[in-house]
Amino acid sequence: MTLARAASVILAKELRTEFRSRELLGTTAVFVLIVMVLFSFTFNPTSSESRRFGPGLLWLGFLFAGSLMLQSSFLREQTNDTLAALRLAPIDPFSILAGKMAANFLFLLFVEVILLPVFAVLYNVAIFPVLGQLLLVLTLGTIGLAATGTVFSAVAAQARLRELLLPLLLLPVLAPVLIASTEATIGVLGQPSELSLVWLTFLACFDVVFLTAAWMVGEYLLEE
Amino acid sequence: MATAATEMQAPSRPAISAPSVLLVFLLLAAASYGALIWAPTENTMGLVQRIFYFHVSSAWCGFVSFILVFIGSVAYLRTRAPKWDWLSVASAEVGVAFFTVVLVTGPIWAKPVWGIWWTWDARLTSSFLLWVLFVSYLVLRTLVDEPSRRATVSAVFGIFAALDIPLVYFSIWWFRTQHPQPVIGDGGKLDPRMGYVLLLCWAAMLGVMTALIRLRYRLEAMRSEVDAYRMDAARSGH
Amino acid sequence: MRLALRGVNLSIAAGECVALVGHNGSGKTTLLKIAAQLTQPTRGEISFHEGERPVALDEVKNRVGMVGHHTLLYDELTAEENLIFFAKLFGLPDPAGKAREALDPVGLTGRAADLVRTFSRGMRQRLSIARALLASPGLLLLDEAGTGLDPEGQHWLASAIQRLRNSGCTILMSTHGRNETQAAVTRAVRLEGGKITHDSGVGGDPKKILVLAAVRGTESGGEVES
Repeated sequence: MTLARAASVILAKELRTEFRSRELLGTTAVFVLIVMVLFSFTFNPTSSESRRFGPGLLWLGFLFAGSLMLQSSFLREQTNDTLAALRLAPIDPFSILAGKMAANFLFLLFVEVILLPVFAVLYNVAIFPVLGQLLLVLTLGTIGLAATGTVFSAVAAQARLRELLLPLLLLPVLAPVLIASTEATIGVLGQPSELSLVWLTFLACFDVVFLTAAWMVGEYLLEE
Repeated sequence: MATAATEMQAPSRPAISAPSVLLVFLLLAAASYGALIWAPTENTMGLVQRIFYFHVSSAWCGFVSFILVFIGSVAYLRTRAPKWDWLSVASAEVGVAFFTVVLVTGPIWAKPVWGIWWTWDARLTSSFLLWVLFVSYLVLRTLVDEPSRRATVSAVFGIFAALDIPLVYFSIWWFRTQHPQPVIGDGGKLDPRMGYVLLLCWAAMLGVMTALIRLRYRLEAMRSEVDAYRMDAARSGH
Repeated sequence: MRLALRGVNLSIAAGECVALVGHNGSGKTTLLKIAAQLTQPTRGEISFHEGERPVALDEVKNRVGMVGHHTLLYDELTAEENLIFFAKLFGLPDPAGKAREALDPVGLTGRAADLVRTFSRGMRQRLSIARALLASPGLLLLDEAGTGLDPEGQHWLASAIQRLRNSGCTILMSTHGRNETQAAVTRAVRLEGGKITHDSGVGGDPKKILVLAAVRGTESGGEVES
């Protein structure tokens, strides 16, 4: 069974599980919303101020939400030791990680996309003219977040205090993503809008490096 | 199957030999003399600039330590030999110690010269983030009890953290190029004598680093041995 | 960190039905996990052969089924969805058909569309066994598969094991000793403190070891299956 096929079967399972209950997506979306509202109290959200500070707060919100949401990725597999069931199957162990990374990427992107208009309204920022560029930045940043977060979720699942541990591990490692995504978003929302090739390439590099690292060492995390 | 305990040698020699200790001590003494007395006083910043020798050399040693964490982590995953895990944790702790020195000497230098304790300049910020990264590594280790799982899990995180280092540096540097700020750097030209002293400080710090890592490595090896004895005792009392 | 197994040398021939007996903590589960390739032995190795020819470990996975301590099922999916998922992962053709087929022998066809979360302990155990049998395994590993089953379920399990034996399946199962499934057992191996203390051997008589295990089980208050 090829890696891609196995990963897509697992991806389908993850999607099916989540869309049945929708509890994770809903809770994550509400969390980001709360973060946005709270942040609005920290500065005066006029149009120009929002363009300067807004993106940073938006991405911080995504990172926090992500580091809480990604917990469940591997915790779910501990309930009935379904991780053992996955490992018993004749599939490449990395496909388990890959399927979950893809699922987490889609979940996070989904939450980000529905909250983008909310952000635009609350902070008086025009997003529609630059929607394509924004989505590009969101995608590249979220790949890094999902890939790293899924691997660290497997790490934290084996430790104590995992609710605190995952953010503790994830946020420092993702600092470059925060910087790059924020700067790229500020550029896109700026007047005039500009798409920073440097930051986008950097994000792509980050994604490639960490996806490769996950591919090479990720399966060690799944052993017993 | 031979028990783990009988396979390990009880350490009889000290981790670092007396001559090595003497060498490191001499290097450190020479470096201190060089930095505090022999090197010329810098024009603009005065006496406090001398801290730069220790600040920069500590940063370098911190780097080398974290590269050792990477090497240890990769080697552990490939060979599963515990000694690589011992190297990783020893290097991580020593690296954190060196970066603590960097983070403390930075503000000490900055305050008299620029009047502020901290600027988010590229180097200091990167150092801070590196410090946080490897503190996280150490925290992770305390939260996993089973030794082989702890070693595996921290090896994976160690690899990710180490790979993150160049990305951290670049992103912060490029950010600062876009948004310039006062830099706590080595303002002014480097007098050749300063160059020699810096080199000497590097050597001294490298010596200290090696000594500390060896000591910590030995400690970890001994802990591992104690665990093995405990295991044996539990088994025979079965 | 304890060593679960020490110096275990065990050879099992195709078609054998081996019962692993011993107290909790004697290493039975670890041995089964190694056979399932879920755990790597710290020292030593496991190998599978077809006649003289060794079979690649990856290939072997296709033909191994396991029932463990946990159900290995997703509570938020239906019984049918669970089986289809695993059928797909095992690369079986017509996963939906295979899933339906598998539900029948365990008597869960009527509950195919219900979430596993709503199942009783016994039903989950039966579904777990169905899951293990999906790919028609040549090697079946059972870790106290009878727990949670009512007498009817136990009876079904015993006859299923006999049927599997007749079709040439090799079975390695851990048991506390007193069990209906004993009838199909061809060999018994006793583990104590991670070591093999008794082995009735290929072609030997397993009954003595099994009876001994059952008696010891009641003496020391170990679990006795009802």
